[in-house]
Amino acid sequence: MSALEQFRELMRRDRVFEFLVEDNEIIDVSHKVILYIEGLSVSFDGFKALNDLNLYVNDGELRCLIGANGAGKTTLMDVITGKTRPDSGKVFFGQRVDLLKRTEAEIAMLGIGRKFQKPTVFEFHSVFDNIELALKTSKDMLPTLFSRTTDAQMDRIDEVLKTIGLKEHRMQLAGALSHGQKQWLEIGMLLASGPRVMLVDEPVAGMTAQETERTAELLTALAGERTVIVVEHDMEFVRSIAKTVTVLHQGSVLAEGTMNEVQENAAVREVYLGEEQ
Amino acid sequence: MSMSPSNEPLQFQHFKQRRQSLLSSTFNSRSTQLFLLVLFVVTVGCSLSNLLFSPDHFLYVDTYTITLMGKYLSYALLALSIDVIWGYCGILSLGHGAFFALGGYAMGMYLMRQIGDRGVYGDPLLPDFMVFLDWKELPWFWQGFDFFPFAILMAMVVPGLLAYVFSTLAFRSRVTGVYLSIMTQALTYALLLAFFRNEMGFGGNNGLTDFKEIIGFDLQSDAVRVSLFLITALVLALAYLLSHFILESKFGRVIVALRDAEGRARFVGYKTESYKVWLFVYSAVLAGIAGALYVPQVGIINPGEFSPLNSIEIVVWVAVGGRGLLYGAVLGAIIVSYAKTRFTALMPEAWLFMLGALFVGVTIFLPKGVTGLFEGLFKAKKLSKDTTEGEPS
Amino acid sequence: MLLKTPPRNVGLHSVFALVGMLLFSAISPSALAENGYKDSDVDQLAKLLSDLPSANFKNAAILINKSEGFVKEAAKPELDEVLSGLFDAYLEGKLYFNKSTKQLLILEETDGKLSLKDPFNSALLGEANKKEIKKIRVNNRLRKTLRKSIARLTLFHPDQEVRLSAVDQLMQKLSDENVSLLKEAQESEKSRPVREKIDIALALFALSHTEAAVRKQAVTALAGNMEPAVKAKLDAMLSVNEQGEYLEPSKAVRTAAQSSLSRIDSKRSIYGFFETVFFGLSLGSVLLLVAIGLSITFGVMGVINMAHGELIMLGAYTTYVLQSLMPNHIGLAVLLSIPAAFVVSGLVGVAIERGVIQFLKGRPLETLLATFGISLILQQAVRTIFSPLNRQVITPDWMSGALQINPVLSLTYNRLYVILFSLIVFTLLLLIMKRTVLGLYVRAVSQNRDMAKAMGIRSEWVDAMTFGLGSGVAGLAGVALSQLTNVGPNLGQAYIIDSFMVVVFGGVGNLWGTLVGGLSLGVANKFLEPAMGAVLAKIIVLVALILFIQKRPSGLFPQKGRSVE
Repeated sequence: MSALEQFRELMRRDRVFEFLVEDNEIIDVSHKVILYIEGLSVSFDGFKALNDLNLYVNDGELRCLIGANGAGKTTLMDVITGKTRPDSGKVFFGQRVDLLKRTEAEIAMLGIGRKFQKPTVFEFHSVFDNIELALKTSKDMLPTLFSRTTDAQMDRIDEVLKTIGLKEHRMQLAGALSHGQKQWLEIGMLLASGPRVMLVDEPVAGMTAQETERTAELLTALAGERTVIVVEHDMEFVRSIAKTVTVLHQGSVLAEGTMNEVQENAAVREVYLGEEQ
Repeated sequence: MSMSPSNEPLQFQHFKQRRQSLLSSTFNSRSTQLFLLVLFVVTVGCSLSNLLFSPDHFLYVDTYTITLMGKYLSYALLALSIDVIWGYCGILSLGHGAFFALGGYAMGMYLMRQIGDRGVYGDPLLPDFMVFLDWKELPWFWQGFDFFPFAILMAMVVPGLLAYVFSTLAFRSRVTGVYLSIMTQALTYALLLAFFRNEMGFGGNNGLTDFKEIIGFDLQSDAVRVSLFLITALVLALAYLLSHFILESKFGRVIVALRDAEGRARFVGYKTESYKVWLFVYSAVLAGIAGALYVPQVGIINPGEFSPLNSIEIVVWVAVGGRGLLYGAVLGAIIVSYAKTRFTALMPEAWLFMLGALFVGVTIFLPKGVTGLFEGLFKAKKLSKDTTEGEPS
Repeated sequence: MLLKTPPRNVGLHSVFALVGMLLFSAISPSALAENGYKDSDVDQLAKLLSDLPSANFKNAAILINKSEGFVKEAAKPELDEVLSGLFDAYLEGKLYFNKSTKQLLILEETDGKLSLKDPFNSALLGEANKKEIKKIRVNNRLRKTLRKSIARLTLFHPDQEVRLSAVDQLMQKLSDENVSLLKEAQESEKSRPVREKIDIALALFALSHTEAAVRKQAVTALAGNMEPAVKAKLDAMLSVNEQGEYLEPSKAVRTAAQSSLSRIDSKRSIYGFFETVFFGLSLGSVLLLVAIGLSITFGVMGVINMAHGELIMLGAYTTYVLQSLMPNHIGLAVLLSIPAAFVVSGLVGVAIERGVIQFLKGRPLETLLATFGISLILQQAVRTIFSPLNRQVITPDWMSGALQINPVLSLTYNRLYVILFSLIVFTLLLLIMKRTVLGLYVRAVSQNRDMAKAMGIRSEWVDAMTFGLGSGVAGLAGVALSQLTNVGPNLGQAYIIDSFMVVVFGGVGNLWGTLVGGLSLGVANKFLEPAMGAVLAKIIVLVALILFIQKRPSGLFPQKGRSVE
């Protein structure tokens, strides 16, 4: 940036009090795209987990990411949520918010929620508390210190608990739940935080067929209102929910399209068949 | 907390608390009421017996015992400060002795200035050790310490500030676990080395001692000793209530949440670093206050308080009492300190063996401390089964 | 709670103060005369000098020359030493005799106490009773004779070292008489270092010559010379007396002296730099030794063994015990203690792992506390068994002394050995980790414990062995430390923070990182020390490390990968 440009940037009228601008208002999706990921590269000790990856996700879309182990799916989620800093590339939320400049907590407060591959809940808190802690409220310290649960919040928690089917377990410690129940609880926490974008990493691992079906229903219902990105190995599950599928291979996008298109794709077939040998 | 020893079923307790005003929920906790009652009865009872009965009366509590108990209570406050961050937030500080000692030095500096011209060298302004070092004027950081409220403020501000700087640096770069513990130990070790130097202006090796009076009252008199004891008890009670309030609030639940799954808490949107920093600062301030209460009662503060062994002993009090329970920490501090007083008098050699064995024994056999043992006996089997699953580390 | 004693080990700098003391006592002359010389030559000499108490000054001079001649004829270095020692005492008025037995005695004053020594066999004869003894008087003529005699005895001594130190001695008090002796010696001298040293002495003498041209020549000849006496003399020439006049009147000589001096100074600073580097490396290798065991256990098991310092202490005590068991083979005992300390500390380490740490899997903070408890128990146990006082481990002859590179730079052998030893230990560990089955298992477990288990590696066995290995290395560090410092129950206490810092600085689980971390921290410490004192230097290193962790939380050489949080 030249000195003049720097000076201009500094003197921009609309940015005088940048910290006053509400976070929620600056997510500009006027071009329909909510996540711009361009030229993203991450390497660990020489191993390229992501290699010049480009990906655009539309607002309200339900996108499935598939790919073999080590294709970079989880690393991609790590970068979007601020856990991993990339070596190069851009990640924008809407048109203006540069996610690479934000911390995990800020990104979460902007409205990007995440479910981990391995279910992580607050084991020493009750199911109820888990949901309450995730609720969409101020998460700064002083408001938290003096906060009291309002009736509206109680209703919201009940609603979420009902959705995830854990209403009768509300007072149980989360650590005592089964694996599948923890998965649900984590999805519930995600719901409670009311995000614009949900990143869901292997949601149906450890679930029964019935539960898987319910998850599929839930995720499809959520899409439209929110943007959902699902990483999953279970191809049946992906087929049942996905409109658009992105195939990752060795850290870049190999193919993108509907499930059928992807399955017909020559490159995808080659990679998958090649690996099976 | 699921750990409060109320007989009510867990869920009702939860709901009731959520609905009440926070202050009343603090007071309504059965454990808090019991704790405050015991503290009140013991301190007031002992104080009255010291002041009212003649020394040959069988109910008389001598001043030495009163001072000893006052010392234990300041230790209890120190233990409380460790419990807040270790028991609830999983941050094991091996350097809390530093905050305690800094609070103590702040009070010691006030008491030193109070000596005035009654020191050995009779200098009206300079403490004896400065005259001895041939210093001509009071260093800038000794200014203002003749003013009692300022000294008290500094006893909180200095440890708090140090804790803020240290923990901001540490938590921002995500230093956790054993790394953090060793760094806290290095912190207190560095301060130990620094305070041993005469040039630091804190009395070097000998520290600060030979205090005469506090806000105009003779430190040796029975009435002052009893008052100090009562004040310590009062401060302990207030700190207990405040800690209880903080930890039972949603803030406290966030603290426990980030102890067990910090990443999750972060992705839910909590700035976990700030939570940890401010809890650490709160804890350090408590430790500083404990130091300020301790010094007038024992009459000396020296760099030995910074030694890593001291800091780690505090942790053992909490481990013995039962971490994650405020009254556990208090109980642990009193039990272990009492045992130390007795053992070092009876067989000084055996004490370190005892202490070492205590470290090993408690961590292996009593991970929840003495109170955990009792809790286990009283609680319904199902509940205790729920809470023991997934031990935090 | 109250700890009123000063800290028992205020950092490593005290270690080196102690080293200095150890060395001093090891090379002082009394050690040489330990056994006494009872051969007939000494007896004959004693007989020869037995007339001294009753002799007048003239006869005394004759006796001096006679005994000198006798010693020369006998051509035994020991005799030279006895006689020059006796003459020294005579010269300084410390030679006495017993009034009743006429036995010659040397009066020595130590710590304000007067004690007597036999000049012929150096035997100590207890405290002096002033009434029983009488001084052998000496006048100026006799002094001159004595001085010459001593100089001859030493300057023409068959041992080159003695001749060198004799020249050194004479250099301190250059007089016409000494200079002529030196010139005389130079003619017959065959050894080059001695001749060079005599040249320096003569040039130094020439600095006081009346002719400016001679002085200037001497000044130029002495440029860049490292002898302390040269620097002192040149400094003096350039200084100003009370009247504001230069002690050296000629300006040309002063300019030459200035340039010679600056060459000396720059050379000195270069050698000073090397010396600091050497001290730093020696401290660094100690740090490497104490940290590398911790690096292994921490890297593989993720737990900090707070008793690591006490395992070091046990190694040092093993050396002490072996030396007390075989007091006649001090050097052998030190060598034997290397495997012994490894076994002792290693076994204690395995016991700690099996007895405590394995029950605390996955709870690193509790492990830290429990091992701290063990460290207290071990310390107290040693205090009870051996006593709380420090024990001195004797440095064997082949490790004492110093490699004198020039008058400014000398490398003490014990430090050189420690540097060498730590590098050998490091190399062996590297080989174990890279080339052996144990190393393979250890690396497997440290990278992915579950996977290693699934592959059939008994991870518990690997843990115990790793812990044993790390602890054994701590024992080796103890052997090395016993050669540098006194051995006491608190020996290891101060090292736990240092070694942890090294491990963190270098990067956990990385042996090379520990090497670089240890050496660089040692050197940094030594360079900071002169500027700001040992304590402050240590504090600054600590603070710098804390800040360093901010920038690079996983150390200089981090283990990269997805699994690392």
